[in-house]
Amino acid sequence: MELLQPRTVDEALLLLRENPGATPVAGGTDLYVALNLGTLQGTRFLDLWGLDELRQIREADGVLSVGALASYSEIIRSRAVRARLPMLASAAREIGGVQIQNRGTLGGNIANGSPAGDSLPVLLAADATVVLRSAAGERRIQLVDFYVGYRQSVIRPDEIIVAVEVPRTDGRQWFRKVGTRAAQAISKVVMAGVRGERVRLAIGSMAAVPLRLRRTEEALTSGAGIEHARAELEAEISPIDDLRSTERYRRRVAGNLLERFWRETAGE
Amino acid sequence: MRFTLNGAPVEIAAPPMARLLDVLREECGLTGTKEGCGEGECGACTVLLDGEPVCACLVPVAQVIDCEVLTIEGLGGDHAMQQAFVAEGAAQCGICTPGMVLTALTIPPGSSIEEVRATLAGNLCRCTGYEAIYRAAMRVVTPALQPTGKFKAFGRE
Repeated sequence: MELLQPRTVDEALLLLRENPGATPVAGGTDLYVALNLGTLQGTRFLDLWGLDELRQIREADGVLSVGALASYSEIIRSRAVRARLPMLASAAREIGGVQIQNRGTLGGNIANGSPAGDSLPVLLAADATVVLRSAAGERRIQLVDFYVGYRQSVIRPDEIIVAVEVPRTDGRQWFRKVGTRAAQAISKVVMAGVRGERVRLAIGSMAAVPLRLRRTEEALTSGAGIEHARAELEAEISPIDDLRSTERYRRRVAGNLLERFWRETAGE
Repeated sequence: MRFTLNGAPVEIAAPPMARLLDVLREECGLTGTKEGCGEGECGACTVLLDGEPVCACLVPVAQVIDCEVLTIEGLGGDHAMQQAFVAEGAAQCGICTPGMVLTALTIPPGSSIEEVRATLAGNLCRCTGYEAIYRAAMRVVTPALQPTGKFKAFGRE
């Protein structure tokens, strides 16, 4: 197996253009699971880990920009994240254990595209935009439009994720993950929400892709009541039975989490 | 590829995507680092990379060039944390112990029992039930809390 080690983002993008089949590797926390299990057949890899320019977390003109290489540990420590998007810090604290938090990156969670990715409902509920870059230039895609199927996204083989941008988030933020144990668990259900004038909700492990819950949001925003919202949620999700949980359990817990979100974010 | 291993410079010829775990065990001959799950779930292969715990089964060796790697061998055998593990009987089968000790070294002094548990959450132990491990860690990081902590077991000496 070959590993290309660029020194700069520009160099990385040129290498990716010349080697369109190369698999980007950052902290390796998902990639090496697949390699160790033998389910990933790649022979050429592109090392992004040394590209410190992609590690920055900063706030400008009301937009919180989190570099793709920011690790969960860096996100937990970031004042800007804790002030602007505390639900992202909450999610980061519940991803893996410290070993994974030290190496796993936000860009990696997005690129891996698991419907159980814990940061994804948070970013969906926060109206996040993914910043993609190739040697040809940069483009921005709303995260809600990023996934097109199970672990499939609109990212092109010559592009990498360079950052995630989050606009100002008005309202109380809420995050809850349900797994088999508190740490080192993959979510059976994971939900994030923002309760402002408009309610914004997203959920993971409930469909082939992480879902923004538009109809449930609409029900809550319009004052239709939690029972009605719960019925809308039922209609929006399509969980399956798999090794981690059953459809029935997931539906029940999703509804319970919705009620909990509504109760715990009720005004002061 | 050069990096610092347990305080001394080493130069290794290995494929860049080789797992740090395999390089440590097979190239460097340091078998204290154990392989458990091979997928970052168990923490048995934990080493400190520039002072931070990582799973050596998930790290390509090319990413540790010019970094400092600390394995259990680097502690020498009578480090305070190792002594605390011995004193508390904080090991049974021993597979998790090297990784557990190394992660425990990163617990900030003065930590509460909750902080100890959170820091060690990525290291699974299937034998001890964790209580003796938490006592060992508390003995080092927060000795003042140890006899009177929330755990009944803390009173045991």
